[in-house]
Amino acid sequence: MSDLSDRSDEPRRLDGNAAAGVLEEIFTFEVTSAQGTCAGCGQTAPLGALLLYGGEMGIVLRCPACERVELRIARHGGQDGRYWIDMRGMTTLRVVPIIPA
Amino acid sequence: MAGIPARLAWRRAVVLRHIQETPRVTSLVLDVPGWVGHRAGQHLDVRLTAEDGYQTERSYSIASAPARDTRVTLTVERLDDGEVSPYLTDVLRAGDELEVRGPIGGWFTWRPEEGGPLVLVAGGSGIAPLMAMIRQRAAVRSPVPVCLLYSSRAYEEIIYREELDRSAAADGDLMVAYTLTRSQPPGWRGYRRHIDRAMLDAVAWAPEERPLVFVCGPTPLVESVATTCVELGYAPERVKTERFGPTGGET
Repeated sequence: MSDLSDRSDEPRRLDGNAAAGVLEEIFTFEVTSAQGTCAGCGQTAPLGALLLYGGEMGIVLRCPACERVELRIARHGGQDGRYWIDMRGMTTLRVVPIIPA
Repeated sequence: MAGIPARLAWRRAVVLRHIQETPRVTSLVLDVPGWVGHRAGQHLDVRLTAEDGYQTERSYSIASAPARDTRVTLTVERLDDGEVSPYLTDVLRAGDELEVRGPIGGWFTWRPEEGGPLVLVAGGSGIAPLMAMIRQRAAVRSPVPVCLLYSSRAYEEIIYREELDRSAAADGDLMVAYTLTRSQPPGWRGYRRHIDRAMLDAVAWAPEERPLVFVCGPTPLVESVATTCVELGYAPERVKTERFGPTGGET
């Protein structure tokens, strides 16, 4: 129920479902169903099931098994801003093409 | 802009109805021109723009069943210190406009052809996406058995209570069990504690029936229920979770 613009200071843990909007803005397809494999423990999970920590500066998605950071997204600037995506913590992302509902 | 998928483009929706579900929870029936349809469990993103140009976005679960028209219902819990929810629940009225995009998300979803049986576990306003599933199942007359375990703090905070009671009374394959964690009315016969292993064991379809499990609510509830489900022997890949933001207290 939250997103990048959430202003709460307290670190709150949600999940990848709450990042669906921003992920889709970036990748332009529905990414929460795609399966990511953690570079730390090898666990594979849909991005919707990853643990999300977010704030105004960006979001971090962690492995639900070992809590290693799998994906980091930072947003720079306003309307003409850019996203910086760090996926070092994810060895593979398995995508099944989805026909839009 | 060309090339943006329709569901990602911000568009102006019109509020058709404002329904006070509980003292803190409101449903907004929206007409979203060009709506491409949704799957039960998906979200709608809402964007508010202040006069100085400051924008903020929130994502809300869609509570209505997929339909052929352009109507979409959101159920919004008012967070007293929220930036967006008090505007949606207290200020917006029928006829007002709202900027939205969607549907968003796709993992925490159910389609009737995926079958069941379904175990739905909700805490507070986490009932919203599960209600879309219950409503769709009824709309398409799906024979999938459903068991809903729904935790609220108090009786008057049970969202969609009349609709749930009516549906369960009319449908032998829809079972609804409530638990009230903070206060109970006199003569209350339902549960009166947080959802735990014994409750799941007693209420939910057994792991041997290979149910699809959807859990939605505040983070502590979701994590505790998901862990318990796996301990009870439910297949982890058939347990889907969605954590909601703060609900103003534990449910």
